[in-house]
Amino acid sequence: MLRRLFLTALAAGAIAGVLITAVQSVTTAPIIRHAELYESGELPAHAGLAEPSSRSLLAGLAEVLLPEALAHGTEAHDGSAADDHGGAWAPADGLERTAYSLLANLLLGVGFALLISAGFVLHGREVTPLGGVLWGAAGFVVVTLAPGLGLPPEVPGSFAADLQDRQLWWAAAALCAAAGLGLLAFGRGWPAKALGVVVAALPHAVGAPQPETLGGAVPPELAGHFAAASIVVSAIFWSLLGWLSSVFYRRFD
Amino acid sequence: MAYLNDTTQEQTRARSERSVAVLSATLAILFGLFLVWGVGFASPMTIHNAAHDSRHSFAFPCH
Repeated sequence: MLRRLFLTALAAGAIAGVLITAVQSVTTAPIIRHAELYESGELPAHAGLAEPSSRSLLAGLAEVLLPEALAHGTEAHDGSAADDHGGAWAPADGLERTAYSLLANLLLGVGFALLISAGFVLHGREVTPLGGVLWGAAGFVVVTLAPGLGLPPEVPGSFAADLQDRQLWWAAAALCAAAGLGLLAFGRGWPAKALGVVVAALPHAVGAPQPETLGGAVPPELAGHFAAASIVVSAIFWSLLGWLSSVFYRRFD
Repeated sequence: MAYLNDTTQEQTRARSERSVAVLSATLAILFGLFLVWGVGFASPMTIHNAAHDSRHSFAFPCH
């Protein structure tokens, strides 16, 4: 059983991790790099955009493969993830940075696929591809939608509350959403389902930690575009991961 | 009598299969959460910078 769970998660997580890295590298990653130009001061805060924020997917791909040829302005722009982090090591822009994103996405894919497969086992019913997509959708609600209501996806350079407070609230929101969704889906009788709604709403009743003032160097249009792109990419990732998990779970019986 | 014994054995086997399933699922959940925590939450700067774009893209709290 344990072997089946880990094989399923490895296969589903690896495929979803590779595919979502490709999607991110032409959707969210170009917006992150664009926002970092404002974060680092290379582009003046709230100036008109040097380039429109809605890029073509092909332009994003070219930036990954040919970072120097398409560098913004004349100055070299390397290791931008470390710009405000005390000069700690960071991957260089281009393929190296994408490679580390791939590694992170592979690990996330396997980690989340383990949770989905554990759901299959605990539920104990026959696993169908449609059921897999539904488990993926539940993951999307728990990990993206629920925490996102209080802490929407942020570009680098936005004002934000203390990191540890936000991490704690994020984890609480996801945990309560998971418990609440579980009660709604599997709880017997209306009291259990009502309790599910209350549990899921609890972190939002308390409220997510917010910065003292709103703002940041990044134009709000770019930040808004990023939040939308992040949620779309996450939806693709979770439906893929749920479906792939069900396919491999059935295969490794 | 033989029928009763069969039923008891059946129940025992189902129970032990279920406890193996619950134990496996628990281990999978713990390891899965460890991986997600490492990529999305761990504070060392090197891990943060390596996973930076993934953290932002998946809307984990960052910076």
